[in-house]
This record gives sequence, C-alpha cells and structure tokens, in this order.
Amino acid sequence: LSTRPSGVPGAQTVEKVTEYRDASSYNNFYEFGTDKSDPAAKAGRMKVRPWTVTVDGLVHKPRTFDVDDLLRLSALEERVYRMRCVEGWSMVIPWVGYSLAHLIREVEPMGSARYVEFETLADREVMPGLRSGVLLWPYLEGLRLDEARHPLAMLALGMYGEVLPNQNGAPLRLVVPWKYGFKSGKSIVRIRFTDKEPKTSWNVAAPQEYGFYSNVNPDVPHPRWSQATERRIGDDGGLFAKRRKTLLFNGYEPQVGQLYAGMDLKKFY
Amino acid sequence: MMRWMAHPMAKPAGFLLCLLPAFWLIWAAVVGDLGPNPAEALIRSLGDWTLRFLVIALMVTPLRVTFDWSWLARWRRMLGLFVFFYATLHWLSYVWFDMGLDVYAVLADIPQRPFILVGTLAWLLLLALACTSFNQAVRWLGAPRWRSLHKTVYAIAMLGVLHFFWMRAGKNDFAEVAVYALLMAALLGWRLQRFLRMKRA
Repeated sequence: LSTRPSGVPGAQTVEKVTEYRDASSYNNFYEFGTDKSDPAAKAGRMKVRPWTVTVDGLVHKPRTFDVDDLLRLSALEERVYRMRCVEGWSMVIPWVGYSLAHLIREVEPMGSARYVEFETLADREVMPGLRSGVLLWPYLEGLRLDEARHPLAMLALGMYGEVLPNQNGAPLRLVVPWKYGFKSGKSIVRIRFTDKEPKTSWNVAAPQEYGFYSNVNPDVPHPRWSQATERRIGDDGGLFAKRRKTLLFNGYEPQVGQLYAGMDLKKFY
Repeated sequence: MMRWMAHPMAKPAGFLLCLLPAFWLIWAAVVGDLGPNPAEALIRSLGDWTLRFLVIALMVTPLRVTFDWSWLARWRRMLGLFVFFYATLHWLSYVWFDMGLDVYAVLADIPQRPFILVGTLAWLLLLALACTSFNQAVRWLGAPRWRSLHKTVYAIAMLGVLHFFWMRAGKNDFAEVAVYALLMAALLGWRLQRFLRMKRA
C-alpha cells in the first residue's frame, strides 16, 4: 500500500515498533478461538474480498461501501500507535488508513446521532470460535460520536505498509489508540449511528469489568487486576524485561483528554 | 503384571521423565522459543504442569487400590513433591517475571486478584506438605496427625481448580477448566465414596 506519514498530532512515535511477526501471531480475535495463537492459525479461511460495510442508522446518506471504495475514500496515512490490551500487554504498531471522521463525513450523521455502533463479521463457516458462548456474537463495539470523530480514531486497512493480515482484522478494522484494544473491532461489516449508547459485547459479558468507555487508565484497576503497568511485547530482555508504567489514555491525553473533561473516569470506566 | 515397574531403574527413569517439562521450558526460555510474551508463556506452562502433576499424584491411590498395584505406593511421595516443584517454579516465575521481584508489588497484587490469593494459599499448603514429606516427619507428628495433615492435598486440588477458574474468568473461557474440574471431582469423589463405604462396613 502506498502511504504517507500522518500529520495528525499523536500519530507518530519514536518508540521501537513491535516486530511484525509478534503483531501478527499474538492476537485476540475470539471468533477464531480464545488462544492468542488461534487467530493466526485459523483466520486464513476468512474471505476478505469481496467485502462490504454498511453504514446506516441516523444518517442522511446511508451507504454500503466496498473495500475498494474505502481504499480510495481518503489518502492512506501511516500512523504508529501504541496498542494497550486490557490484559496488561502492549505493542507499537504502524497502521495504514485514515481518520474514521472521513467516513463519517460521507454519510452525514443527523443531529440526533450521538453514538456509533460497530458490528464485526460473524460467519460460522469460517469462525470456529462462534460455537462457544464466550461472548455475544456478532461482536459489537461502540463509541460516542465525538470520540469516533476524533482525528486519532482510525479506520485501518493495513499495517506495516501492507494490507491487514486476516488475524489482525482484515480487510478493515477500527483502531482507537487511547482505549483498551478490545474497543477496536476487527473485520467490520456494519457501522450504525444511534441516539442511545450501544450494547457492546464485553460490557454485556461482564458489565462490572468492562465499561462502555474502557479508556486506558492506570488509576482505574480492573476488578481483578491492576492496570498500572503493562508488558511491552518485544522489549529488550525478553523474559527479564521490566513492565512499563501504563499512561492515562495510553499516552494520548494531550490529544483526547478534553473529550472527557468533567467526567468521573472511575464511574465511566 | 507391570513387572518392569519393579526394575531398580524404573524410579530414576520416572524421576527424569517428570523433570522433562521443566528442562524443556528452561531450554525454550534460553533459546527464546517462548513466543511473543515469554513471561506469560512460562508462567502459564508451569501452572499447567502443576495441575497435571496434581492430577497424576492424586491418581496413585485410586489406581493402586483398583488394580492392586502395590508398587505404585513407592511413587506417591515423589509425584507429590513434583507437584510442589512445579508449583514453586510457577509461583517464583510469577514473582520474578511478572512482578519484577518487587515484594510490595506482590503484596499489593495478592489481595487485588483473588486468583493470585488462592494460588498463593495453595502453594503455602503445598509447602507445609513438602516440609513434612520425609520419613522422620511421620514419626515426629505421629501417623494419624501426619495423615490428617496430608489430606490437605484435597483442599489444594480444589484451590488449584478455583485458581485456574478465576484466571480464565477474565477470558470467559472455561473449557480447559472443566476438564481439570471433572478430573479432580472424579479423583476426590472416588475417595469420598471409599470413605463412606468403609464407614458403613
């Protein structure tokens, strides 16, 4: 994919980029199984072309986009984001795509639209994980409209300069770098604008543990573990590498902090 | 039947076999073959092996009684100590590779994560059993008291499964937990049934 470096504030970092091999073999994509190695082993069967994404709900111009439409919708940028998993590990990944805001502009949300729901593929033929009752399928995620419009919220079509590998959410996924990784839905098939806070799969599974916002926050522990530190995959020292301190909003506070001005982040976790 | 088990080399061979998973994990750690998250892989594998050896050790008595394999009795202590061996490596690698040998981090983590609390408790109980595993300890404590103490292994089995259950609860994934729960239930159930039968007789 031909790209240019993104000029969006916060979209570049000097941190060491995670090895492609690690970023494409250590994944959570429960549709293919709950083991980290399952997605790389099993996602190959998912057919990512042709692929369409239906964008509807409270919008003036509902539309179904083909992947090729999306590849042309806006100039592809490379953005190097930190990715913090709620489980306590993190990576640094160069994504290819553009701000979700570009897509939102195309469909012209109505004044009543407050939230955006993301629905991801649920195909029993190719996704063995769907047979388990681990989560609500299809996997649902959501953002507040102003979060979705933030320039850092990204629609990714590639990583490391290439199209997304299936296990990383081909052909298109969301990347919201200041939230825990599970907020960034993979292999999206539908985007719906609503006036009510959408149901999200992890919130339905365990409402006390996974809130709608799920912003990275070292001061709000998960009920069963601390979120104060994280293990950076590929850090020097391997087994002996020290955990790093987790940063508020995953270090994107200067860019996104104002979205949550006045909100009690312990209550809206 | 099973005459080769009486061979003088059988137990040393079994001992080495029981050490294989540890050697294999250490080797994988040294050559960097533990995957993208080596600390997690090592800690989890050691936990898996602890549970497996717990199942194996608890199988000794049911097998010995059911098939009249008296030679198995000689293996019980060694297998029990291997449970302790893997549990200790599991706990130490958690303290070292997950907590960075930071005592305060461990003390803060134990009450915060119930599964760590349960696992640590199970390890402390195993420590008590390991410390009283030699022949002299039976004489010091007296056989009845020693036997009661070592029945703690049933509580350890339940704590071990609970520890695994709570760990997996984060992933909402209980398939493997169910396997261990069923195995432990069968092994403890066999003892309960035998106890009730002997009480009636």
